[in-house]
Amino acid sequence: MTMPLMRPPRKNPVLRTRQMSLPPGARGRVALGMTAAAAEGRFELQVCQACQATQYPPREACHRCLSPRLKWTAQTGEGRLLSSTTLHHSNDPFFRERLPWRLGLVQLDCGPSLMVHLHGDVGNAPERVRVGARLDRAGQAVLIGFPNEESVNMADDKMLREMTSDPKFRKVLVTDGKTAVGQALVQALVKAGADIVWVGHAEPWKKLPGWDEISKLPQVTPVPLDLTNGKSVDELAGEIGGKVDIVLNNAEVHRSYGIGARRGTDVAKAEMDINYFGALRLAQAFGGALKSRAADGETGATAWVNVLSIYALSNFPPHGTYSASKAAAYSLAQCLRAEMRPSGIRVVNVFPGPIDDEWNQSMPPPKLAPAALASAIVKALKDGVEDVYPGDVAQEWLERWKDNPKVLERELAAGGS
Amino acid sequence: MTNRRRGYEGVAVAVPVTVPYVRHSTHSAHWFIGHAIEALVKASGLAKEQIDGLTVSSFSLAPDTAVGVTQHLGMSPRWLDHIPTGGASGVMALRRAARAVQAGDAEVVACVAADTNHVDSFRQTLGSFSNFARDASYPYGAGGPNSIFAFITANYMREYGATREDFGRIAVDQRTNALKNPNAMFKKPLSLDEYIAARPIADPIHLFDCVMPCAGADAFLVMSEARARDLGLPHAVVRGAIERHNAFSDDPVMVRGGWLVDRDELYAQAAARADDIDFVQTYDDYPVIVMMQFEDLGFCAKGEGPAFVRAHQMTYDGSFPNNTSGGQLSAGQAGAAGGFLGMTEAIRQLTGAAGDRAVPDAKLGLVAGFGMVTYDRCLCTGAVILGRPA
Amino acid sequence: MTSTNSNATANTAANTTLLGDLALALISGRIRVVDLTQTLTPDFPQIALPPEMGQCWPFRIEEVSHYDERGPGWYWNNFSCGEHTGTHFDAPIHWISGKDLPNNSVDTIPVQHFVAAACVIDCSEQVKSDPDYLLSVEDIERFESQHGRIPAGAWVLMRTDWSKRADPQAYQNFDETGQHTPGPSSEAVQFLVTQRDVLGFGSEAIGTDAGQGYHLRPPYPCHYFMHGAGRYGLQCLANLDLLPPTGALLICPPLKIQKGSGSPLRVLALVGS
Repeated sequence: MTMPLMRPPRKNPVLRTRQMSLPPGARGRVALGMTAAAAEGRFELQVCQACQATQYPPREACHRCLSPRLKWTAQTGEGRLLSSTTLHHSNDPFFRERLPWRLGLVQLDCGPSLMVHLHGDVGNAPERVRVGARLDRAGQAVLIGFPNEESVNMADDKMLREMTSDPKFRKVLVTDGKTAVGQALVQALVKAGADIVWVGHAEPWKKLPGWDEISKLPQVTPVPLDLTNGKSVDELAGEIGGKVDIVLNNAEVHRSYGIGARRGTDVAKAEMDINYFGALRLAQAFGGALKSRAADGETGATAWVNVLSIYALSNFPPHGTYSASKAAAYSLAQCLRAEMRPSGIRVVNVFPGPIDDEWNQSMPPPKLAPAALASAIVKALKDGVEDVYPGDVAQEWLERWKDNPKVLERELAAGGS
Repeated sequence: MTNRRRGYEGVAVAVPVTVPYVRHSTHSAHWFIGHAIEALVKASGLAKEQIDGLTVSSFSLAPDTAVGVTQHLGMSPRWLDHIPTGGASGVMALRRAARAVQAGDAEVVACVAADTNHVDSFRQTLGSFSNFARDASYPYGAGGPNSIFAFITANYMREYGATREDFGRIAVDQRTNALKNPNAMFKKPLSLDEYIAARPIADPIHLFDCVMPCAGADAFLVMSEARARDLGLPHAVVRGAIERHNAFSDDPVMVRGGWLVDRDELYAQAAARADDIDFVQTYDDYPVIVMMQFEDLGFCAKGEGPAFVRAHQMTYDGSFPNNTSGGQLSAGQAGAAGGFLGMTEAIRQLTGAAGDRAVPDAKLGLVAGFGMVTYDRCLCTGAVILGRPA
Repeated sequence: MTSTNSNATANTAANTTLLGDLALALISGRIRVVDLTQTLTPDFPQIALPPEMGQCWPFRIEEVSHYDERGPGWYWNNFSCGEHTGTHFDAPIHWISGKDLPNNSVDTIPVQHFVAAACVIDCSEQVKSDPDYLLSVEDIERFESQHGRIPAGAWVLMRTDWSKRADPQAYQNFDETGQHTPGPSSEAVQFLVTQRDVLGFGSEAIGTDAGQGYHLRPPYPCHYFMHGAGRYGLQCLANLDLLPPTGALLICPPLKIQKGSGSPLRVLALVGS
């Protein structure tokens, strides 16, 4: 029975903040395939294409027939718990600080035996379990034995919380509360149990719909934030940076121009100034404090979310300069992920397809409702997923891009979408 | 069609050397290797130059291997092997050295296992132990084999009804043996109550189920029987030897080891039966593995380990002497020297050099090796039967 | 020839004395310099057009170094803004009605025009109750009945105390129907241009035209008529309440930007004590 997470008591300010130590993060290249899948929320193992044997640990040749044709394939994770133990001692600093810690040995129905972290609601062997993959604090995939059925307060399991970024009892900064997406995010975070949601707004004199309603929520504190203004970003970081647990950067400028449709670079500059440089300013101002609080108690700093666009993968020419700015932001987000990694902060990149808002008015459906995007982001935080492709369009683009990015490029250039 | 393997006629093992174990050392593994070879030279009366074959086993030698050691110690062997297989390295070194001597590729082979132990050596070693350990075991936090052997122990207990007391008997009797071993790290007796009450490490593994890592070395010489006689060296002879790697890989959790696959051949080589063995030096990283060796090496049937240990006294003077030096559990595990500990002890028992802990009238001894835990089990198994010269 | 020279010499002498007197008056404080300029900061409101249109950049500033590893012994910044950011000057070329006039950009306007008399018409009371207040012809006539006819070639500045609104939100004063800031009526502008031959119009608000100027006829009449007649504009002025109704001298040279439509600038007034 997992005890529900209780709101932690106020922190004693004279105590030293616990620094982050990471679980062992070394993996061979082949094993990174498991991490790549877990980053998108999937548990995959290699399956031999010649003899169908499932492989674990990850390797270069089939353990049964030696074929090198091993394909990463989604797993159900169904299996039986052979044995379990509770660690009361560890040489590893990360685990040492978090003892006792439960581990299990599971045999998957498809064959291999796996060492797994065990969810607290899993009983003793023999027992049926379901294995899933999650990214641990070092950003690498680890396997987790879950109870066969969903249990109450499952997400509050101490071990699982180390792998996820649940907004419950946490303090979140949403950088732009003026847009429909921003407001949907605020609602979703409040619903997920966030304690405080700071909501940024630039140009406070511009009255946009929905703002007053959001500002009235008891968890919400509106804060001035203009990502084009370094002073604004630095001042807000100085004020609240030491308390923010999750930075959620949804601020963007989105226009629908390619190259020839509009003279001048000012629109493209406006897009870059928020979508790319804004992210850079935000990361420089808020990153340090976020990193230093990654192990600060049960509800410490945990994640940085970048709302990008599926157009970051492959340029959508009718929104060509916007696509380029999102591609720049994506590259920068990868840099941010590398820089955040030693601190255990999860960088979550979200690649929605066209959102059902005014800037995508002329896009044909299907379009992603702001509420659906918000709920996908909150789910990714709760599940510990770091690459999110919400909605049908995003999923389909991703599939086409993975299949052959050059073909996708040609399709889009020919006027497809 | 079975090819009858060649026996080990004419091969002698002599000069068991132990560089005393210490908990921590600032020296490198090379210091302990050098110390061991110096002791081999002094005790054998040979000049260093007469040692023309060398095997080295160590976890803390990197970036050196056996090659670097030759230059480090000023040796120029004509036969060299680096055997990085930890707990199985003693058996494997002996098998290789024996063939070199039989073929005339070397006349005198020094087999050395040594490791240093700096204050954080253990964690450093584990971090780069094997690909699979790095990818599938180390991330889960035990920082060592404890969790894996906890799984194996818990499964074995559930499967065959073994209790903690059963494993405790093994540890307690080994401690009794250790009290007669001046080189053992543990000097105090251990009672079954103390064993049971000890703090949990990874249940059902508790403190006295775990070896104590330390620094030290063990070594011996392999040569022809004729040479050993010429030199006037007390020696034992090799009656049979087996090894097997990655056995029973389809077993979802380890319940049996590779010894089971080739044990009939071992006894056939030695022209002996399990009943004829006067003492065993099992590889004791954890008591559950000792129990499996009793089963898989033919002393009792699979699953009868618990009944076996309840029915026997495993002290040097008991009904079934096991790990007469105290084993790693009581003498300490000096890294790869843990795979040589049983061999040097066996040679001492067979050459009248075991002092107060001599097994009465020991003629035939079995040394088992086990090592190289990857992510869910150890991969290497081996066993040697040594006897007195005819 | 010689007599013209000596005339010129005499004139120069007289003017030199005039300037000399001015310098002395400045030093002694008999003539004070009043700053009519808002400080350029990133927080200062910037005029916002509908999102489909091109926008004028707000003021932004980034440190290059601050006695640190980026430059150990010095401090300097790079900044960016539009021609119409902060307290700024509008040239005739800024509006479609003035686009073909001669000398209509900031670099070609005769520099003589950058120092000129200013008349300050006080509408601050009316604006208190009505942010959309429009300066009317009646307001001008009432001013002239008290302070005399507005001279040709002078600036007309509309004092509203709008610059005292420190909160950017109040300064912009937007609601769902748009911006609500004071300015001149279409008739008033036409009167000032055709009947009084003024140099230009100055406002404390974000534009010379009223916030709802789009709905006047023609839309944005101050820009339309002033620039259409080759006259100038000043906006985001401050401290107009420190100026006398007449007699102040305005100094307002914009940056010499090639074909510039305007620029942020320092607007100063010389005022007798």
